[in-house]
Amino acid sequence: MYMPDSKIKGRNTAAGVFNRYKYLYLLLIPLAVYYIIFCYLPMYGIVLAFKSFDYSKGIIGSPWNNFQNFRDVFSNPGFWTAFRNTMIISLGRLVIEFPIPIILALLFDEISKRKFSRVFQTIFTFPHFLSWIILSGIIITLLGNNGIVNQLLALCGLPKNSVLMNGKSFLGLLFVSNIWKEAGWSTIIYLAAISGINPELYEAADIDGADRFQKMCVITLPAIKNTVVILLLLAVGNMMNGGFDQIFNLYNPAVYSTSDILDTFVYRSAFTDATGFGFSTTVGFMKSIVNFILLFGADRIAKVLGNEGVF
Amino acid sequence: MKKRYDIPDIIIEIILGLLALVCFFPFYQTVIQSFGETAGMQTKIQLIPHTFNLSAYKYLISEGKAVRGLFVSLFVTCTGTFVNMFCTSAGAYALSKKQLPGRNFILNAIIFTMYFSGGLIPLFLTIQKLGLQNNLFVMILPVAVNTFYLILMKNYFGAIPASMEESAKMDGANDITILFRIILPISLPILAAIALFYAVDRWNEWWFGMLFLNDTKLYPLQLVLREAITNISMLFNNSSVGAEIASKTQEIYPDSIKSAIIVISAVPIMIVYPSLQKYFSKGIMMGSIKG
Repeated sequence: MYMPDSKIKGRNTAAGVFNRYKYLYLLLIPLAVYYIIFCYLPMYGIVLAFKSFDYSKGIIGSPWNNFQNFRDVFSNPGFWTAFRNTMIISLGRLVIEFPIPIILALLFDEISKRKFSRVFQTIFTFPHFLSWIILSGIIITLLGNNGIVNQLLALCGLPKNSVLMNGKSFLGLLFVSNIWKEAGWSTIIYLAAISGINPELYEAADIDGADRFQKMCVITLPAIKNTVVILLLLAVGNMMNGGFDQIFNLYNPAVYSTSDILDTFVYRSAFTDATGFGFSTTVGFMKSIVNFILLFGADRIAKVLGNEGVF
Repeated sequence: MKKRYDIPDIIIEIILGLLALVCFFPFYQTVIQSFGETAGMQTKIQLIPHTFNLSAYKYLISEGKAVRGLFVSLFVTCTGTFVNMFCTSAGAYALSKKQLPGRNFILNAIIFTMYFSGGLIPLFLTIQKLGLQNNLFVMILPVAVNTFYLILMKNYFGAIPASMEESAKMDGANDITILFRIILPISLPILAAIALFYAVDRWNEWWFGMLFLNDTKLYPLQLVLREAITNISMLFNNSSVGAEIASKTQEIYPDSIKSAIIVISAVPIMIVYPSLQKYFSKGIMMGSIKG
């Protein structure tokens, strides 16, 4: 702070401190209003998980119901299906989707001096900026009854397929289409880590006669290890989110059994099936709790490993 | 390092090239299809376009929904990005002052919201209480601040040397004047990057619109498209809604209309894409910020 402040009378009283910083507090008002209204007020609404929601009485007036919502949720087979699907889809994403950007980054690094490199990168990154509504529109058109995939199959004399209607193939579609959308974008962070490697390391390896595969294993991979660990922890922390936007815009009742996740289950139980807001709040609340534990745990582990934490 | 082409280079280029083709093909196919033939329900496969038919676009213009959606989306994107930038830059500047009493508490309270949220239903009831139904601001206010972008901007402002502000302080300028006269002008690169990312987010916004806009006249382009996808796929199930659309669309291939809406929704992103690309590395940092 600038020195003359110390001469101001009463600078250590509450009023004095407030007066000194009043403009900064003024600048904080929009932020405070946003976080209080849209993040902290809804947290109070969680009490609905312990109440029978009555629309006319509101959140405060609705009667407590002695954990009836929780009993309802636990005895609801749809909830367990959604819970299981969320875990399966998230694990699938960890195993299938997570390594792809790392492999892509290593491939890109190998040809970084070639002119096509940038063109490929431009193409791979583009889908990240489109919404799942647009992408699902494209996917449904391509795979639909009259889509090009089925027309090609018909041309070859094969029966029409229905990827969108079959639970197992739909899961595959979820993984593939998410790779399509996000792999290129995720590659950038690994490329940034690779670009920070000291080129002298490679030169020294060249002198020692290392081939490109040895250089990759000994220099490049260890250099991006920290980035991989952080992103892996972040992915584990987000395991309760199976990817709502994607699934909500692609799925249909025929594939609920394999692709209904907690978020879509909450949405439908509240707005389509009208199971009751108390019920939906309870499912959402339990999801938030597990989510919090996972994220907090991931953050702690990252710190133990000597990183600055996930956030 | 070596410059000559060797076999592994070529193999890698071929692999990446094929992947790029696979990645690009759906977009290419969609554009082709939007100019497709008007031959009822059946169409020929077109790997290479052999028709250039604008009837899908003409239909969309005459029907009006997509055009109205385009204007709604433009309004939400412009207004929304302005609100985003106002709240984010003002708050980030205040939070970048380490000596501000209460700063750590506020920062922790903000970061806590990344770990824990009230969930869908409490948020739904809160917004409903505010009376934002059928109001376009429902797609702007609940997403007024993105915590990742806020912390990124806070870190950027925090790294600006204090000496930049000292002379203005001696002249008696207050913090608000300093923010607008000194800090923002020297932070233009990061402001441009974050504004672009915000604008893309607002353009792609549909969730709050779907929850709170009952009046389909207020639908942004994304929701018009969503409606078209669900309704036109109903067409194949011979539902009444589908039949109605089929009679309205007459001879136009329904997939052409859908593709045309997709193209219209994607064009603005394609326009800003080159500028976005400049900020890729900054943007990806937003996904992995250390606060």
